[in-house]
Amino acid sequence: MKRSAWKLCFLLPMALVLLTAPAGAMHIMEGYLPAPWAFGWMAVCIPFVVTGFLSIKKKTAREPRAKVLLAMCGAFAFVLSALKIPSVFGSCSHPTGVGLGAILFGPTATTVLGLIVLLFQALLLAHGGLTTLGANVFSMAIVGPFVSFGLYALLKKAGAKPALAVFTAAALGDLATYVTTSIQLGVVYGNFLQYLSIFALTQIPLAIAEGLLTVVVFNVLEKYAKEDLRALAVL
Amino acid sequence: MKLWQKNLILVLLVVLIAAVPLWLCRDAEFGGADGLAEELIVETHPDYEPWFSPIFEPASGEIESLLFALQAALGAGVIGFVLGRMTARKPEEKA
Repeated sequence: MKRSAWKLCFLLPMALVLLTAPAGAMHIMEGYLPAPWAFGWMAVCIPFVVTGFLSIKKKTAREPRAKVLLAMCGAFAFVLSALKIPSVFGSCSHPTGVGLGAILFGPTATTVLGLIVLLFQALLLAHGGLTTLGANVFSMAIVGPFVSFGLYALLKKAGAKPALAVFTAAALGDLATYVTTSIQLGVVYGNFLQYLSIFALTQIPLAIAEGLLTVVVFNVLEKYAKEDLRALAVL
Repeated sequence: MKLWQKNLILVLLVVLIAAVPLWLCRDAEFGGADGLAEELIVETHPDYEPWFSPIFEPASGEIESLLFALQAALGAGVIGFVLGRMTARKPEEKA
């Protein structure tokens, strides 16, 4: 792919977040983590972000065509985090959309996508926050993608159908993000179970929705981009 | 089953998941989960002072929903563009 096309693929989603910035109904609110925790989580995230940048660089150098897919994974995360969906538990939350990226490009590459989303959410829509960015990156862009990636690999090895593996990986990765958020608040404020009921319980139907939507996109990729998926070692 | 039929069913399921709560819990407020967590923190730790506040906040609910709609529209546009190009490839390239 030409350099200009490569730029376009990256700039499109970048412009997207810049212009719009999703509101999160899930992230830890600005200023609500005491400073030691806030900076601690940031420090934890740094190695993942660095590895992620290197991983994207390596993967796109080897598979230039994959850049288009990477851009699409970013776009997928933006759309899904714009969809605040009511849950049967009487509150609203939104999916994370990072499962697709994790399955296609691995967990750390997805950390970078998630970081971009969260950064602009914090800057433009006052959701999440700069001080809580580390904690939120850890839950949504590290734990979620790692769970999705691990589950997909495991299920693929066990011989599950790709669609089923994708559904399970995306849904449980989504849920894991919110369980992590609950733990992060629980260790600071106690009441872990209450936070779990606020975040994780709300999230159960949404996690299923995210799993289904990820399968929708994956079905199309499986039919029309089989070669790309093979090159990325997804199939 | 054809691909579009399969995907149509999946999308309808998602719509169902989103719509059913509106039927089941008509009295619910459907506030954001983060707002509920904030209330819980304020309730259990009344003396906690958030030590940082957002640099920029959307001026109103309308502007916030504008940003939301833009976000979803642009994201969907990129996805549609990529998938559209992909599905328009010559048949022999399809695996």
